[in-house]
Amino acid sequence: MNSNNPPSASGNSSSATDVADTPKIGFWRRSNLGQDVLLPLGVFILLLIVWEAAVQIFTIPVYLLPAPSVIWTDSIALAGPIGEHTLATLRTVVLGFIISIVISLPLAVFMTSSPVISSAIYPLLVLTQSIPKVALAPILVVILGANELPRLVITFLVAFFPLVIAIAIGLMSVPAELLELGRSFKASKFQELYRIRLPYAVPFIFSGLKVAIALAVVGAVVGEFVNADKGLGYLIITATAFFKTPVAFGALILLSIMGIVLFQVVVIIERIFFPWSAASQETAIA
Amino acid sequence: MIEIDRLSKVFRSRDGADVVALEDISLTIDDNKFITIVGPSGCGKSTLLRLASGLIRPTSGSVTIDRAVVEEPRQDTGIVFQMPVLLPWATILDNVLFPLKMMHREEADSTEQARHLLGMVGLGGFEGKYPRELSGGMQQRAAICRALIHDPNILLMDEPFGALDALTREEMALEILRIWTNQPKTILFVTHSITEAVLLADRVVVMSARPGRIAEIIDVDLPRPRTFEIEAHHEFQQSAQRIRELIFGNRRG
Repeated sequence: MNSNNPPSASGNSSSATDVADTPKIGFWRRSNLGQDVLLPLGVFILLLIVWEAAVQIFTIPVYLLPAPSVIWTDSIALAGPIGEHTLATLRTVVLGFIISIVISLPLAVFMTSSPVISSAIYPLLVLTQSIPKVALAPILVVILGANELPRLVITFLVAFFPLVIAIAIGLMSVPAELLELGRSFKASKFQELYRIRLPYAVPFIFSGLKVAIALAVVGAVVGEFVNADKGLGYLIITATAFFKTPVAFGALILLSIMGIVLFQVVVIIERIFFPWSAASQETAIA
Repeated sequence: MIEIDRLSKVFRSRDGADVVALEDISLTIDDNKFITIVGPSGCGKSTLLRLASGLIRPTSGSVTIDRAVVEEPRQDTGIVFQMPVLLPWATILDNVLFPLKMMHREEADSTEQARHLLGMVGLGGFEGKYPRELSGGMQQRAAICRALIHDPNILLMDEPFGALDALTREEMALEILRIWTNQPKTILFVTHSITEAVLLADRVVVMSARPGRIAEIIDVDLPRPRTFEIEAHHEFQQSAQRIRELIFGNRRG
């Protein structure tokens, strides 16, 4: 995925035409506004219109499937409390995500430090993934108490696994030539990790982070379903219990928006701080 | 002075069999000589270079540089691999400075020195670019600058132009001759190309395969500075012909 050797153009050392025609590394990608933004937006609006019309024409009861307009007015009416629920969930997602990073990074470094450690830990990691988190959540509430902690643990358990795997793969896939280069300059183990392996793993780490942030939202909601007095997950449970389906739909839409926004935050952080990483992924996809 | 004394290297292959990569290599190289090593695939020429660099240890025999036995990579050695192996996350300038960072030898004028080297190979103005923005030939030029940044006495080059197209390759050969003239050092240069081997060398070490042995050492007394016009020279033709015989001769027989 990282092409060290684009075929050489002309050999003329002083000529600018020698530069390979690769995409510019930078914050903004060239994008086709019409096709990338307006087209999906148009399709989305069309869907909303069909939905609204279908509910009106077939007179579907509001507790079964509320029309978009009803979701909007009911949610706006509760804007204050819904805002608080959103902030509570956001807090769980972000904290759980940060815990995932703080634990995954050293864990992946530790795992890849030797084949013995890797084969000792890896099955345990797989085990944590085979446990259904929804089933684990009530047990965690008993163990850890009815507070924020079990929600954070669930969020972490759902989000961290792909992150550990992505970081470990990144650290392991450093080309042998690069490690040999380090050795030829007498790099210590720490220098090799800090100056070669970790930077090389950055694009892999960000792929993992993008998966992890999406899963963190799922984890937070699962945690809130089981034990919470605030949060969008809690709101969905209580709203549906009283057949306030439009509010539940509103919470659902806010969760989706939260997921998209957080995902984009990760993408933007990558573009700003690791432009070469973002660029390498763009050409890999292109 | 580099002294290679009865050097052998045996690799254990995956199925447990021993593969003799190098057998009983002895060679003495005087300071500031340009030595090229040429031979068929599998003759152990890259292994010989890696042994000289200290990246791998010999099975028996030794490599001695200035009376010290090589046991690990030395600070007075620079290496250029077949691939540029540049760090994709670092600018060209930082890539060239990388060895100094690793060896904690960065000084106030290091950046100036790196710029000077890049200018010398025609990469002036490209300091802030990333490797992916350069062509293969330019990347390899940067890799050569990186090997020179700590001013090594010995430059080990493992088929450095092997991945380049033919035209760039010829240009790079002349470039390395120019660098060597400006900054004399001992160069061990592994190549597949017989023309390249003769053009560059004071002495050509011709190797044979399975096991890797020195078939013959050919002294090249052509005048310097050299260009590709020297290919027409009678002695050039003779040397090249002799190398071809050594490498391909036994196949015809």
